[in-house]
Amino acid sequence: MPVTPKKIYLDYAAATPLLPEVVEAMLPFLKDVYGNPTCLHSWGDAPREAMEDARSRVAALIGAPADGIVFTASGSEANNLAIKGIAFAKQTQGKHIVISAVEHFSVLQACKRLERWGFETTLVSVDKYGLVDPQEVAKSLRKDTILVSVMHANSEVGTIQPIKEIAAAIKGSGAVFHTDAVATAGTVPVDVKELGVDALSLASNRFYGPKGTAALWLKRGIPVIPQIDGGVQEGGKRAGTDNVPGIVGMGKAAEIAAASLRERMSHTAPLRDRLIKGISEQLDHVLVTGHPTSRLPDTASYCIRFVEGEAMLMHLDAEGIGCSSGSSCTSRALKASHVLLAMGLSHEIAQGSLLLTVGKDSTQEDVESAVKALPPIVQRLRKMSPLYTKFLKEGEVS
Amino acid sequence: MPIYTEIVMDHFRNPRNVGVIEDADGVGEEGNPVCGDMMTFYIKVKDNRISDVKFQTFGCGAAIAVSSMVSEMAMGKTLQEVKQITPETVAEMLGGLPKNKFHCSNLGAQALNKAVENYESKKAGVATQKEAK
Repeated sequence: MPVTPKKIYLDYAAATPLLPEVVEAMLPFLKDVYGNPTCLHSWGDAPREAMEDARSRVAALIGAPADGIVFTASGSEANNLAIKGIAFAKQTQGKHIVISAVEHFSVLQACKRLERWGFETTLVSVDKYGLVDPQEVAKSLRKDTILVSVMHANSEVGTIQPIKEIAAAIKGSGAVFHTDAVATAGTVPVDVKELGVDALSLASNRFYGPKGTAALWLKRGIPVIPQIDGGVQEGGKRAGTDNVPGIVGMGKAAEIAAASLRERMSHTAPLRDRLIKGISEQLDHVLVTGHPTSRLPDTASYCIRFVEGEAMLMHLDAEGIGCSSGSSCTSRALKASHVLLAMGLSHEIAQGSLLLTVGKDSTQEDVESAVKALPPIVQRLRKMSPLYTKFLKEGEVS
Repeated sequence: MPIYTEIVMDHFRNPRNVGVIEDADGVGEEGNPVCGDMMTFYIKVKDNRISDVKFQTFGCGAAIAVSSMVSEMAMGKTLQEVKQITPETVAEMLGGLPKNKFHCSNLGAQALNKAVENYESKKAGVATQKEAK
């Protein structure tokens, strides 16, 4: 009988486990407290109260007043509401939108959709670390620019963007400034006033809350056209029966995240550093992707030359280690990560992408196991790689 | 449910006939880094049969399993038989491939056939040279 290896989860960016306290908080609303918060009778009272309590906690996590929180069913929906909702609301003032080249698909595709409706998008490029230059954002502004959206951090390479500096650079332009903070809210300190943003997306499943619950925060006075028409839930900004258990769970997860943020960061950062250093030392031809210092405390990302991501993931999975990659084969679209390509990497190098993200339950032992497991896998794959054979024979071919 | 069949996983974990034949009679390459899968097949031919076959593959689990299966299917076969190997027959032998992997990663049969073509064109070249003499 083969020995089942200890399972090591290094994919916290993809999904986080629910905190037991979050499950506890949600349970009554999955069982007995089933009322609809929009109902006027007493069945609606407790859910309504719990929802408003959750709204305050979620707002507190990002230093915002509670009345600006619009609950949605995913980070993607929050981003769609921000991009399309604000664009449609402001289209009489202009139809130009500025975003970075490394945004999440929910921002990129929302802009693509808007282009079919006569909007124009300018993609601001990034440097080799995936960093946006605030001056480049300012330079892309036009008289008809109504919206700027730059993500707070990129979940594939971990680079944290200079949001505060971008806000300063575009101040007074009249454009609404949105940031997709799905990767950062609950992971690093996020404060809407300090960042200087007008709108911000966050998702519960990134900080040990339930999937299917997220939010868009809108500063007072920022107009938005609902993307789901119907009833007047969420101040008329998002129709649909409220996901009370999910929202309560998100509220609890936000409360705990706010209280334990520093502790979580000081737990994950050394593990991340060990992953980055350990694997770069154990293997040659490894490129650490993302910014060396301005990066998420839980994200280690690399491109391993001459091998392909999915093959690495499958071998690691066989050894009980779960992680991610941005290679063509691992994406359903069968395209290499647009983030890595935007950072100037070739397709060939981007195919070797590997993403390891640690979390609250990760241990030093987990990280050491990964550092130990990867090199033989890579060596094995390189041995059968025509690219590596070519490299050994001919050297670097540009 | 796992995305790959047991047969695919077996060929991925223990690929058959990996390597390079330095004095190959035919070499065939297929794929490109944009799609993420590249494979090179090397063949030795004796009496119109594949007497040895080796491959190298850069790519995902499916691409590696496909190459390995193709090499097994080709070993010892006549060149005519080898030409009957298609992406469809390879996928069938593997117990099926995920839909999205069928086109991108299932390039082994083409790479092998390119190696056969390479062998045949070399042989034809030698024959023409002989005739010219």
